[in-house]
Amino acid sequence: MSLWMDQAQRTRREFFNTTASGLGGLALGSVLTRDGLITRATAVESNLAKQHVNELTHFAPRARSCIFFFMAGAPSQIDLFDPKPRLNELHGEPLPKEVWEKSRFAFIKPETARLMGSPRKFSRYGSCGMEFSDLLPHLGGCADDLLMVRSIFSEEFNHHPGQLMMQCGVSRFGMPTMGSWVTYGLGSESENLPGYVVLTAGRGSSGGATLYQSGFLPSSYSGVLFRNAGEPVLNLNNPNGLPPELQREGLDALAKINRGRYQEVHDPEITSRIKNYELANRMQTAAPELTDLSGETRATLDDYGIGRPEPTGETYRGSLPHLRTFDSFARNCLLARRMVERGVRFINVIHASWDQHSDLDYHLTHNATAVDQPIAALIRDLKQRGLLDETLVVFGSEFGRTPLGENRNKRKYNTGRDHHPRCFTMLLAGGGIRGGQIYGATDEVGWSITENPVHINDLHATILHLFGLDHLRLTHRFQGRDFRLTDVGGNVVEAWIA
Amino acid sequence: MSTSPKILSTFLTAVALVAVLTGGSLSAADHWAYQPLSTAPPPAANNVPWVRNTIDEFVWDKLQEVGIATSPPADPATLVKRLYYDLHGLAPSYDDVAALANDPSDESYAQLVDRLLSSERFAERWARHWLDIARYADSNGFEKDSNRPNAWRYRDWVIDAIHQDMPFDQFTVEQLAGDMFPDSTPEQLLATAFHRQTLTNTEGGTDKEQWRVAAVMDRTETLGAAWLGLTVGCARCHDHKYDDITQREYYQLFAYFNNGDEVNTDVAKSPEKYRQYELAHEAYQGRVAELRAEVKLVGAQALERQPAREEDLLRQLAVAVDDPLQLHAVEVVSASSTSGQPLRVLEDRSLLAANREVKHDTYTVVVRVPVAEFQRLVLEVLPHDSLPQQGPGLASSGNFMLSEVRVFPGESTEGTPIPLVDRGADFSQDEWHSSQAVDGDPKTGWSVAPEFGEPHQASFDSEETVPLGDQHTLTVVLDQQYESGFHLIGCFRLSVVSGTDPDRILPPTLREIMSLPSAERSADQAKQLANHLLTLDPEYAEIASRFKTLEAEAPQPPLMSVRVIRERQKDRRQTHILHRGEFLQPGEEVSPGTLATLPPVQPSTRVVPDRLELARWLISGQNPLVPRVAVNHIWYHLFGQGIVRTLNDFGIQGESPTHPKLLDWLAADYLRLDWSRKKLIKLIVMSATYRQSSHHRPELTEFDPTNRWLYRQNRFRVEAETVRDLYLSASGLLSSKVGGPSVFPPIPAGITDVNYNSSFKWKVSGGENRYRRGMYTFFKRTAPHPNLTTFDCPDSNVTCVQRTRSNTPLGALITLNNEVYHEAAQALAQRVLAASMPTDQDRLDYAFRLCVARSPSQHEVEALQRLLDASRRWFDQDSEGADKLVGSYTVEKLSNAETAAWVATARIVLNMDQFITRE
Repeated sequence: MSLWMDQAQRTRREFFNTTASGLGGLALGSVLTRDGLITRATAVESNLAKQHVNELTHFAPRARSCIFFFMAGAPSQIDLFDPKPRLNELHGEPLPKEVWEKSRFAFIKPETARLMGSPRKFSRYGSCGMEFSDLLPHLGGCADDLLMVRSIFSEEFNHHPGQLMMQCGVSRFGMPTMGSWVTYGLGSESENLPGYVVLTAGRGSSGGATLYQSGFLPSSYSGVLFRNAGEPVLNLNNPNGLPPELQREGLDALAKINRGRYQEVHDPEITSRIKNYELANRMQTAAPELTDLSGETRATLDDYGIGRPEPTGETYRGSLPHLRTFDSFARNCLLARRMVERGVRFINVIHASWDQHSDLDYHLTHNATAVDQPIAALIRDLKQRGLLDETLVVFGSEFGRTPLGENRNKRKYNTGRDHHPRCFTMLLAGGGIRGGQIYGATDEVGWSITENPVHINDLHATILHLFGLDHLRLTHRFQGRDFRLTDVGGNVVEAWIA
Repeated sequence: MSTSPKILSTFLTAVALVAVLTGGSLSAADHWAYQPLSTAPPPAANNVPWVRNTIDEFVWDKLQEVGIATSPPADPATLVKRLYYDLHGLAPSYDDVAALANDPSDESYAQLVDRLLSSERFAERWARHWLDIARYADSNGFEKDSNRPNAWRYRDWVIDAIHQDMPFDQFTVEQLAGDMFPDSTPEQLLATAFHRQTLTNTEGGTDKEQWRVAAVMDRTETLGAAWLGLTVGCARCHDHKYDDITQREYYQLFAYFNNGDEVNTDVAKSPEKYRQYELAHEAYQGRVAELRAEVKLVGAQALERQPAREEDLLRQLAVAVDDPLQLHAVEVVSASSTSGQPLRVLEDRSLLAANREVKHDTYTVVVRVPVAEFQRLVLEVLPHDSLPQQGPGLASSGNFMLSEVRVFPGESTEGTPIPLVDRGADFSQDEWHSSQAVDGDPKTGWSVAPEFGEPHQASFDSEETVPLGDQHTLTVVLDQQYESGFHLIGCFRLSVVSGTDPDRILPPTLREIMSLPSAERSADQAKQLANHLLTLDPEYAEIASRFKTLEAEAPQPPLMSVRVIRERQKDRRQTHILHRGEFLQPGEEVSPGTLATLPPVQPSTRVVPDRLELARWLISGQNPLVPRVAVNHIWYHLFGQGIVRTLNDFGIQGESPTHPKLLDWLAADYLRLDWSRKKLIKLIVMSATYRQSSHHRPELTEFDPTNRWLYRQNRFRVEAETVRDLYLSASGLLSSKVGGPSVFPPIPAGITDVNYNSSFKWKVSGGENRYRRGMYTFFKRTAPHPNLTTFDCPDSNVTCVQRTRSNTPLGALITLNNEVYHEAAQALAQRVLAASMPTDQDRLDYAFRLCVARSPSQHEVEALQRLLDASRRWFDQDSEGADKLVGSYTVEKLSNAETAAWVATARIVLNMDQFITRE
């Protein structure tokens, strides 16, 4: 077959489902072939064998899967990760004009805005002495496994564009998200589950489904939304009254009819369809098995905080009581581990909303309490099972929050913080990350980066690198241009890698 | 033929390689797509028996060149199914197959084509193709992704234009510049809603200019993709890497759109509805004139009775002076809440609630009052130290929301509450006014942000005074149902009023007028008073109320506000090149202009180059790209591949046409056909090329795996909406209603939760709206319907000229298990069984015909019969399962076990590859 085969033809072949394993294999296989790195025969063979991931990558992979915790709305790094004693001293002071002059703001009026200290207490954790605020004691316990990057920045300061930036590397609609690129490059390792899965807890994010879209890549590279209650995947359950036996019987009849049609018309698409119906049927068993936690020990459930009491009272941001965010987020963390065990490539765990323009302390406490224990439990659990080495865990958001206070709703004093893309903090662990280090620094009030700035494109380049993928070579031709996750930027941050 | 396919293949690959390697260095000006349309005559192949029209001559010629034979024509069943799928997107009619098999002549085939083209089903199907390009959706896109409840009107415009076969040149000009004619009609203004399908960001704190510029860029790039087939977006930040488009030219194009302002305008909900309105309105005017004459007569009589009435009022007012209004604190008999939280009575007779964890509550307070009649309730909400921000509410801000206040005579809430009217509050929060506490809507009510920590009061009057009986008791109910909860009143006190309220006798301004001797009243004052006195006259009041009723019956013009574009007249914007595409980095100023590689814009009479000029330039016939791109789109929808396969890229990086001469001939022919979409489609579907069998030919998969040379038709899965439409039409469920507001068919639970705007609810449509065509499904950009997106419906965030066609297990799960698809299986089983046929084979035959317009083969019957038998055996033992599987689709005189067996079988017929594949 010609290397310049048509888009449609390629598209068909690339589906994870079609070959149940190497889907992306061909995509990358063809990239590599074009680069002359492997022969075409290798590319085709590797497409068929999932254990050949190493041959599909550009260099030795460190990570096999990624769990990406996306805290939509932007948590306050100043109150969680990046202590600023000087900010507390300057509480109530204005920011010097030369500092804010060239900045844009969403809500704050910079002429009148005042710095706002943090009421949180910070402590050092682990042998590395990494600082966390008192809202994150559990994550503090993982300090020696964590890389804390205090110098991430973005150019977008509104939520949805910022979220697209973090997920797609460029703040435009119609672009593939990180998980799409990774599965496009490497395919899934699971025969029964999709390669790119999304879990959400609590209120929806500004970006909605655009945060796990496949953009111009085929829809099979979209994140598949798993639900932690009820049907784990849409339409997984047979119609009411139809037993599995008759589903099987029906699929057998269907396969016969479709094979007969294939004999007549020789369209390979029919063969793909037959396989996809079979994979669908396997998913009907595999997905409920995945979400069934009855085999987990009580101790594990407790570690993750599953079944913790939900906070009561007025918690309108991020946690309408009926959504049971505490329990549902904890379940998502445990599900993420179970997915990693079953070969799911990329798991995007979304939690919203961290957009505290007012009453920050109250709502941040609530959100931090919701996520701290389960994420820490997951990291420990992965480590204990020997999975952390090949599982990259990332914790981040679209941007951070200002050291300036914000007053919404005519409160008597400032109770919130505005959007701040100039600097914010992310955490990474496992999958080849050198833990126990803090990377980058911000100034004494946390306004600007003073050391080692990291653009989101750099973060993405490094994540792809950990998967063994060269961000410059993982491309897709669309509308006349070769697109990549890192747009026109991206530098791998070598210092992060163990 | 001296060159074997194999050698040729190697050769072609080499050519392609050279083209790719040298792509950047070829002179852009020489690129095929920018050249004028070729006028070369068709190859003289018209005497070849296979050839049916000119299209075939080109295709035949090419096939001769590469040494491949054509495929035989498809059988009648496949042909009819193909036409139905391509032109209507619906299941075919078996009668048409029979007719064509009976009379396979060109005339008979042409008649079918004409019939299909003239149907509104065709307009819907092809409108959807255009809506992909227009990135049409029902919501804003960003963040809250608010609904655009009127977006559908533009969608209906497109359906209507295609149904009328509006020529493509007019179709182009009206959408791009319908606002710029000297006397644009509302429908032409509506056409410019094409430009309003761009995303909107209403997130707090956004820079409006940033998103305005983003929308203008999107318009520029959509023009490039939709009409020019060029990736002009690449030149947004720098000169195009491959094509001859400079960054300056990008902003010249951008400049055409830069003065289009986003405005709203009124249009008829549909042209038909407006005609009906005009008729109704005329009839109504007659009735109004009649009654008006009568009112005049009665009014004159009533005026004569006014002096006596005035005296009577004076007597009543004298009584009120002796009986002034007084406020009385009430005695609390009992106080309770539906949540069970206690309401503590404080020393000052106020009541205090303390539980901040109660989401919604209703307080019921029974009070004893020192008056005999009830006429006004005064509610004070009071600060208290125990409350957040000192209250008066229990919410963390100190706020509360009083949804409804109700008052009952006596000590129970049985019976009808006393009708109340709002007398106002000392302070009401914006949009949360005290009047909303008596509007019957629990979602609205009285709140007081940001005036916390202070007392407030609101009063509510009984419409009539109500006697209170011996006990002098009242029951007051305070309902607090703020949607997100926790907005309860913390501290409050109730009082009532006694005495005669002169305002009830006569409003203060009129009392003042009446206090003047009639000679001293101004004409205006006299008129005010007289008008009021008329309302007190029973005879006049009766006819006035009849008149009011008639007025309420006035037919309303069926207008709706739609989002359109209007060219800015004042303060016109200058356009600058934006450095790196950043709106904050304007560079050199530019004027509107097009691309140097294309023929220039015709000198026009217009003072400033504008959108109208741009639109006319596109369709002038001088611009070779537009007709090439347009015919390529149509070809793509009829063959599943374009003649230029990169539909969105006719530039140097795109693919060359497989049949360049055919492309140019069709482009020129489109002009000759006066841009008639229907005529061009007919021309194509009449060709022998179109009518070929779509069977793959294994001997050619090596040489031409993707059928570049058109030696057969193509097989491909139908689009997302069509998958749905096929199921609904084959099962007989499909509604034939055309147009109107978008609908909400069933959606799996939880889908819309991912949207940030948690107030958005997907309320499933009832009646026939549950079964409308897929194109009418409400499209929420941040939470699109998964039945659509799983089958590659575009996200409608940017223009889409070519959909992907994925083949995934998630798609299989939809058609096997999804509620809508299962309902189609139930309905199909019912439809087949209701036809009362003698044997299983007859019924299977019928099911097949309903779906794919042909009878099943022997092995298909065997497979299905086996399934049917297995299902019967199962459901004979499982009547509960049978009832569930059949649902409401029972069949008269048949057990549910039998029907269920047929549902289990029908769903497999509906899942056949050939059913969702256009063959």
